[in-house]
Amino acid sequence: MIVTALLFASYADALGTATVELALNSGATIADAIGALRALPGGSVLPSSPLVAVNLAYADTAQLLQAGDELAVIPPVAGG
Amino acid sequence: MRSGITTAPIDSAALLREVAAPHNGATVLFEGVVREQNEGRSVNGIEYAAYRPMAERELTRIVQECCAQFDTADLIAVHRIGRLDIGEASVVIAAAHPHRAQAYEASRYMIEQIKLRLPIWKREEYADGTREWVGQGRESGIGNRESAPAARSAYASRNEEYDSLFPIPDSR
Repeated sequence: MIVTALLFASYADALGTATVELALNSGATIADAIGALRALPGGSVLPSSPLVAVNLAYADTAQLLQAGDELAVIPPVAGG
Repeated sequence: MRSGITTAPIDSAALLREVAAPHNGATVLFEGVVREQNEGRSVNGIEYAAYRPMAERELTRIVQECCAQFDTADLIAVHRIGRLDIGEASVVIAAAHPHRAQAYEASRYMIEQIKLRLPIWKREEYADGTREWVGQGRESGIGNRESAPAARSAYASRNEEYDSLFPIPDSR
């Protein structure tokens, strides 16, 4: 299944892209997707258990992903 | 109640007018402003980036939570994104309430939740021409291992901390 991963700020800079289409086995969790992202060139800057959101809501890394999900890897926020 | 993410300058006076109502006895306006230095470095400006659809959703939630908590509909929070100069407001919050204690507390609640929860990042531009994402150095990135539940409990304990710092008097 295909999951779209979104990267922001320093994470996007490190991987050289803001969007990654990940091909994952069905039954994959968010943690599996993070593992796949960390294996990409530049991906080692990602924490092993970062703050994440699926389809616009904060999520736990144990959550199962579905085909077509939008997974956002959220760097330390700095609004305000 | 209203919330928004915008690329345009924020008209604070317009927000004050928007929350004004005959039943309100207090209005608090908060502006977060780009300042000229941070941690000893001279800053020329800040670029704010957002995961915009989620930031809009989270900001709406924050204002809705605050309306429920303080029993008022007269709250507005707007966050600006894009490139801002020194002195420009990145976030403006207007909170109106029948009583001043709740107006102050509602304003404080919204800015603290914004800083905890909104998926927004800032890149400072320094006088020496370099740029850096704030809070995303190697150490802080590695240290960011909060899962969402842990982050939520951090929000809750932070709120308790503000409750103790700024207790709301019983007599309203």
